[in-house]
Amino acid sequence: MASIAAEMPIASIGRREARIAWLLAAPAITLLFLFILLPTLAVVILGFTDFELGYGGFRFVGFENYAELISDRTFRRSLSNTAIYTAIVTPVSIVLALAIAMLIEAETRARAFFRTVYFLPVASLLVAMATVWQFLFHPTIGPINTFFAQFGITGPNWLGASGTVLYGLSIIGIWQSVGFNMVLFLAGLTAIPRELYAAAEVDGARSWFDRFRLVTWPMLGPTTLFVTTISIINSVKVFETVKTLTEGGPNKASEVLLFTIYQEGFVYLRVGYASAMTVVFLAILVVLMFLQYRVLDRKVHYA
Amino acid sequence: MTAHSLAFGRILRFGLLSLGALIFLAPYIFMISTAGKAQSEIFSSSLSLIPEQWSFAENFTKALSRVSMPTLLMNGVIVCALIFIVQVVVAIPCAYAMAKLKFRAARSMMVLVMLGLLVPIHATALPLYVAFDRLSVLNSYTALVAPFSISVFAIFLFLQFFRAIPDDLIHAARLDGMSEPGIVARVIVPNAWPAITAFAIFSVVAHWNDLFWPLVVVSNQDFATPPLGLLYFRAAEAGDDYGALMAATLIITLPLVAAFLIAQKRFVEGITMTGLKG
Repeated sequence: MASIAAEMPIASIGRREARIAWLLAAPAITLLFLFILLPTLAVVILGFTDFELGYGGFRFVGFENYAELISDRTFRRSLSNTAIYTAIVTPVSIVLALAIAMLIEAETRARAFFRTVYFLPVASLLVAMATVWQFLFHPTIGPINTFFAQFGITGPNWLGASGTVLYGLSIIGIWQSVGFNMVLFLAGLTAIPRELYAAAEVDGARSWFDRFRLVTWPMLGPTTLFVTTISIINSVKVFETVKTLTEGGPNKASEVLLFTIYQEGFVYLRVGYASAMTVVFLAILVVLMFLQYRVLDRKVHYA
Repeated sequence: MTAHSLAFGRILRFGLLSLGALIFLAPYIFMISTAGKAQSEIFSSSLSLIPEQWSFAENFTKALSRVSMPTLLMNGVIVCALIFIVQVVVAIPCAYAMAKLKFRAARSMMVLVMLGLLVPIHATALPLYVAFDRLSVLNSYTALVAPFSISVFAIFLFLQFFRAIPDDLIHAARLDGMSEPGIVARVIVPNAWPAITAFAIFSVVAHWNDLFWPLVVVSNQDFATPPLGLLYFRAAEAGDDYGALMAATLIITLPLVAAFLIAQKRFVEGITMTGLKG
């Protein structure tokens, strides 16, 4: 650096470095505009039009799409189904993941084996495993109901009845996401200094639950918050299982947000209307992120 | 606390973990078992796992004949490889410029990256679909790969990693007369392998499994990726030939699961790293 600086004035080095930086970043910036910023802007604008693919023109209709959304029963059903699915999958998969992570952390034998088994669903093709679950859930020949039948219980028509379909999908969702959360919790648990447990014991924390309450839970704060946010976002984005197994049915009982958007936009080709739905979807993601930052700012204990 | 209760706790812990493991493995066990059963045996709805009549050959033949499995798997490999290579080639120089060069736009770039992290493909799919339709590039590798050529997540991850690389290393390379692109290729990349591997696992798992985007832009089997291909297979089977269906599922799930089992330590590290940074 010194030898170059002797030959060139500082300002020109700075300019040269800035030019190289721009060149290195140029492809990324171009693609970011092309594939993220422009389309996002376009979806907001399209939401105010009556654009349909296959028809030539379109006109601006103001908030008409949004007005239609409010009274659209399918869309409202889809929002509430997504909310119910999220309200089941997120807490259950977090609590299970934390419990499994703590059990594995305390276990001395076969730790790697257990970690692998619980993580396996994350590495498996969801569409394929959903097909397997469909067989497991089959009302007459499925192993789950066959198992129940041995105790004289008639199992429900899991994915075929409007009363149980969301629970069926939730079970698949939980099975699929526990491993991911568990791995993050395991990383969080390993980062807790051992001395803290010793100190808590000196202070009179005798039972397992005291140690959890006084050390593990507060120290895991940032991990838990992160896992919660990512779990909620992933649940809101549920699509694969619904598209593969139920197509929103029976009777719209498993219509979820992304499936409704897919159906309106890419099957019925009502791009303008589907764009308005997408804007609602984006707004939900933005609110979730905003909430995470707020909580992160205030409450979470830092190690 | 007595030794007795301690032993009891251990047994309870091991028992709980084993029971959970069994439940988590159950879908795989039934998948393999059902792939070997004849149609009549499946419909007799017994819980026995060992097929009475070994029908693996019939079921696998059916699975391989309805949909071209090699094409599907090949498409999956091509699409995932292209996406990963382009993402890394685009993101690394950009992250280097933001982390290590005097770059006035770095701040606004950071804002763009954070905004980009918020926007999933589902949000940009409609305008991209319309544009790809106008350009007549639907049903092509281009359509499958292009929207993922930019990964703001990759930029974000590499940025964190590059910041930790000592400046002295870069200064020394400059004194040796290395150009900036040369520094990226010969100093930064070799030092960033852990981040690159972690990102590779994240990217491949995400795109190998993605159904949404291929479903939107692909409508014929020639460009179908594994999830989409399985959807076609299900439609062709009318969903009731579970033996063949499980055989197909097995073939399609196996590559990534095998990769995971072989490199599981890397996988878990990679997911932890990308997970926590994201």
